[in-house]
Formats: sequence, C-alpha cells, structure tokens
Amino acid sequence: MPTLHPEFRHGVRAGLPLLIAVGPFGLVTGVAIAAGGIPPLQAMAMSILIYAGASMLAATQLLVEGAPALLIVLAAFIVNLRLFMYSASIRPYLLREPLHRRLLVSYGLVDNPYAMFLQRFSTHPEAPGRFDYFLGLSVPIWLGWQAAVALGLLVGQELPAAWKLEFATPLAFIAMSVPFLRDKPMVAAAASAGATAVLAHGLPLRLGLALAAVAGIAAGIAAERWLARRPA
Amino acid sequence: MLWGVILAIAAATFCQRASFLLLPERVRLPEFLKRALRYVPAAVLTAIWVPELMLRKGVLSLVPGNERLLAGAVAIAVAWRFRVAFGTILAGLLALHVFDWMF
Repeated sequence: MPTLHPEFRHGVRAGLPLLIAVGPFGLVTGVAIAAGGIPPLQAMAMSILIYAGASMLAATQLLVEGAPALLIVLAAFIVNLRLFMYSASIRPYLLREPLHRRLLVSYGLVDNPYAMFLQRFSTHPEAPGRFDYFLGLSVPIWLGWQAAVALGLLVGQELPAAWKLEFATPLAFIAMSVPFLRDKPMVAAAASAGATAVLAHGLPLRLGLALAAVAGIAAGIAAERWLARRPA
Repeated sequence: MLWGVILAIAAATFCQRASFLLLPERVRLPEFLKRALRYVPAAVLTAIWVPELMLRKGVLSLVPGNERLLAGAVAIAVAWRFRVAFGTILAGLLALHVFDWMF
C-alpha cells in the first residue's frame, strides 16, 4: 500500500470542516432536482459528471420550464464562468505538475476546496505538496457532496409542498454570493449585475444572465479605478 | 435529451475548469483578464437570485407584501454577518413562513 503524502492528510483535515457548508448545498440541490422530476439515475449522473451545484440548480430550473436544450447548456456555462477564474488563479501554483495531475485538479475544482487551497498557498507560497493537499481537500468534499445529493434525492419527493422548499434554491445562491462581497468594487459588481438581471429578465434566451455578468464586471472595474484615483 | 444536456454541461464545465490549468508554463495571462475574472463570481451568482426575490410573475414587486423579498433580506443579513450557508438557508426559509403568515 502506498504511503500517503503528509500534505494529503493536512488537506483531509482542512477539508472535513467544510462539509458543514457543502452538505446543506448538496442536500438542497438533491431536493430541488428530485422536485424537478429528474429521475434518480440521471440526477446522480449530473452530480458526478458535472459536479458543480450552482449549474445543476440552474439547469434543473430550466428543464422544469421546458427550455430548449441548447439554452440550458448555455445558461449552465454562464453560471460556471467563475470556474475560469478559479482555474486562472490556482494556475501559478500548479504550473509544474504533470498533465494527469492538472486534469484531476480540474475535475475537483469547486468553490470550497478552491478557496481553501488559495488561502493556504497564497500565504505560504513555498509550502510543498500542493497537489497532495488539493487531493486531500477534495476527497472528503467529493464524498460528502455525493452523499448529500443522494440523501436530498431520497427525501426530496417525500417533503410536503407547504414547506416552500423551492425557495431554498435562491437562498443557496445568496449563501454562495454574499461571501464574495469583501470590498466596494465587489459590491458594485454584484449590485450592478443584480439590477441588470432584473431589468433584462424579459429578454429571450436568458440573455439577461450574460448581460448581468458583463455589467457586473464593468461596474467592478469602474469602481476599482474610481477608488484608486480618489485621493486617500 | 436529458442525457444529452447532462453530458454537454459536464463537458463544458470540465473545459472551464481545465482551461487555464492546461495552458503551457510560458503563457502569461494579461492583467486585464485577471482583473475582469475577479468580478465574475459575485456578478453571476448575484444575478441569479436577485430577480427571484424582486419579481413576481415577471413584474417588479418592491412592497412589504412580497414575502420572498423580505425573507431574502433576512437571509442576506445572516449570510453577511455569520457567513454560514446552512444558517442562511434555514433563516431564509423560516422568515418566508413568518412573513407569509403575517401578510
């Protein structure tokens, strides 16, 4: 049996507490997918193959509305645009890793391990075992996520409609987005994107979401420049 | 169609994650791109929930009778103050029932 890299164990230890955040998201996602009438096999395939809760929730909503397939894929792509940012920002730490390792990291690149990984290696850039640490973080999170989705699928159809659990979907997005609002430009980006999404909701093909992303980025950069130019 | 959608999203999502990680070592990312990408999560994730709270049947509703808006405000406050996902979802659901009962 190969011995585990000590950084793998550090990763597992750092990843386990994150299950408190990941578990409820998985549960909410499972419940929403079950309520959307997606069969359990396809639902678990989504969870394992896509492994990105926000896009699964968005896709489920559109599937229930009977949106065309291409549109659903496009909406999921926009929801997951943030993964480009994750990919770009951990790139400097994994540049010299072999291809198969970078492919594995790509599959496991979700919000919580990403944040944890970046936090550790941006403060300790010389620390060894980056890949092993990421793997250690990812294992408990992957297992916990899949278990939580499965549990959500199991109980989802039994829960009474009077509980209004469909509201858990926007609430899950609130819980995901608010921690990003750490500075004024971020708040400007979020506010501008939110307002654009409301104003553009009538546009076809979910263009509103794409417009909102553009408006948010523009507002964030504008706010950043404005704050930099202002005398302190 | 469902399987097609699942596989297409899975492929697209994997490409998004792998994108920059697979670039050769010598490639340098333009500074502007990095700055723009920084704002993507806050912008996109917010754009998903704001219309769900502010619109009722496609019409803007910013009145106290909109219990989803009020419950959302409670959830935002909890998320802002405590940064706990489960607490945010639970507080929002409880608030929705309370406001629904009140109005």
